[in-house]
Amino acid sequence: MDAEDLRRAITRIAHEIVEHNQGLDDVVLVGLQTGGVPLAGRLAETLRQIEGADVPIGTVDVAFYRDDIGLRPVLPEAVTDIPFDLTGRAVILVDDVLFTGRTVRAALDALNDYGRPHSVQLAVMIDRGHRELPIRPDYVGKNIPTRRDEMVDVTEEGVDVGSMEKRR
Amino acid sequence: MRHLLSIADLGTDGIEEVLRLTESFVEVSARAIPRVPALRGKTVVSLFYEDSTRTRLSFETAAKRLTADTMNFSVSSSSVNKGESVRDTVTTIAAMGVDAIVVRHASAGVPWQVARWTDAAVINAGDGWHEHPTQALLDCYTIRERRGSLGGLRVAIVGDVKHSRVARSNVLAFSMLGAEVTLVAPPTLMPPSLAGWPVAVSHDLDEVLPKADVVYLLRMQRERQTEALLPSLREYTALYGLTRDRARLLGDDTLVMHPGPMNRGVEIAAEVADLPSAVITRQVANGVAVRMAILFLMLGSGGDLGA
Repeated sequence: MDAEDLRRAITRIAHEIVEHNQGLDDVVLVGLQTGGVPLAGRLAETLRQIEGADVPIGTVDVAFYRDDIGLRPVLPEAVTDIPFDLTGRAVILVDDVLFTGRTVRAALDALNDYGRPHSVQLAVMIDRGHRELPIRPDYVGKNIPTRRDEMVDVTEEGVDVGSMEKRR
Repeated sequence: MRHLLSIADLGTDGIEEVLRLTESFVEVSARAIPRVPALRGKTVVSLFYEDSTRTRLSFETAAKRLTADTMNFSVSSSSVNKGESVRDTVTTIAAMGVDAIVVRHASAGVPWQVARWTDAAVINAGDGWHEHPTQALLDCYTIRERRGSLGGLRVAIVGDVKHSRVARSNVLAFSMLGAEVTLVAPPTLMPPSLAGWPVAVSHDLDEVLPKADVVYLLRMQRERQTEALLPSLREYTALYGLTRDRARLLGDDTLVMHPGPMNRGVEIAAEVADLPSAVITRQVANGVAVRMAILFLMLGSGGDLGA
């Protein structure tokens, strides 16, 4: 995927969000640290162009909710920032890559501490498979089959798949 | 980081790491439900051989907000009254399976000994006149929260430096983060030697106050003063207390800090403690977040901090 493919995918997901929620009333975006945060920003910008409405954006860091605390170094990347009550909202959780589903599981727990949304929907740019939990995305930029040991990198310029060895 | 015994164990990078993580826990503490499941299944015991309200409650609150289990040990209601040694008490507690022991003791060095007797992480919550590292960390955080950075700030630490573990830890931490520290106290309340301390010394509070960015008042530790070091408390207040008149010498954004518990009317005038520039209750609030950061780094992060 290059930058143009990425832009088109974001535009399509934005339209799907509007369609699925019959507008943007009560819709909020929450980006997962760190990869989901810029995507949430771009989605909000696109939604503004389509519907002329400002959608509230929050960010969540799931470090304190992870299930591998103590098994590997876990530290938050940033302070969670959800400056609004989620109760009754339609929360679109945004991440760059969906892999095992464990980060999303942790994020669902984290969101719970900010209120009781009427629904949580998951938007990801890349679904790379290998799920370890019963979690599926509602909006997907692209499905990319990968090997477990590969890395998927989403930047503004596009999406890159490479082996871990190459990266070191 | 295995234990937190001294500020020196952390090093400058370690302090920065703790302060950065504290920001996340300040956010957690501000939520409607101020609790995260980060330390589920861990047990934190406080082993306090000295009176304490805020430090003990602060650690207990921190542990609970991380969903750790807490146990409490206080000398007045324990087997210590039956003659049990510190070592036996620690061995007994450790045998129950604890992950962290928070120790306070009237003798310097006890937390180091405790660390040798147990596999649990040991946190020094004050040992004699020696150190109180989590107090220093929460003070650094509180100053940073108001002033952005400690670099180049002039900090005056005023009062009973001799008996103060808070002063020792704070001198280390403040200077590691780039502040210039001046100790202000009557000669009898200064340590016998300040060799190697990165500080300036003054006996004239009125001269120091107008230039200070932070005025840190120490508690007059009447319980530790076995000899007559002061002619009278009233004379101390007249010369070294932050009275209402003296508070007028302070700059507009000079912070007034105190580790608590305050002797209002001795080291700080009652009204001064309630000024907007006094961040004393903010220190207490930040104390919980700092201790959450310490507990998480020691029991949860799996990271390797400091030495």
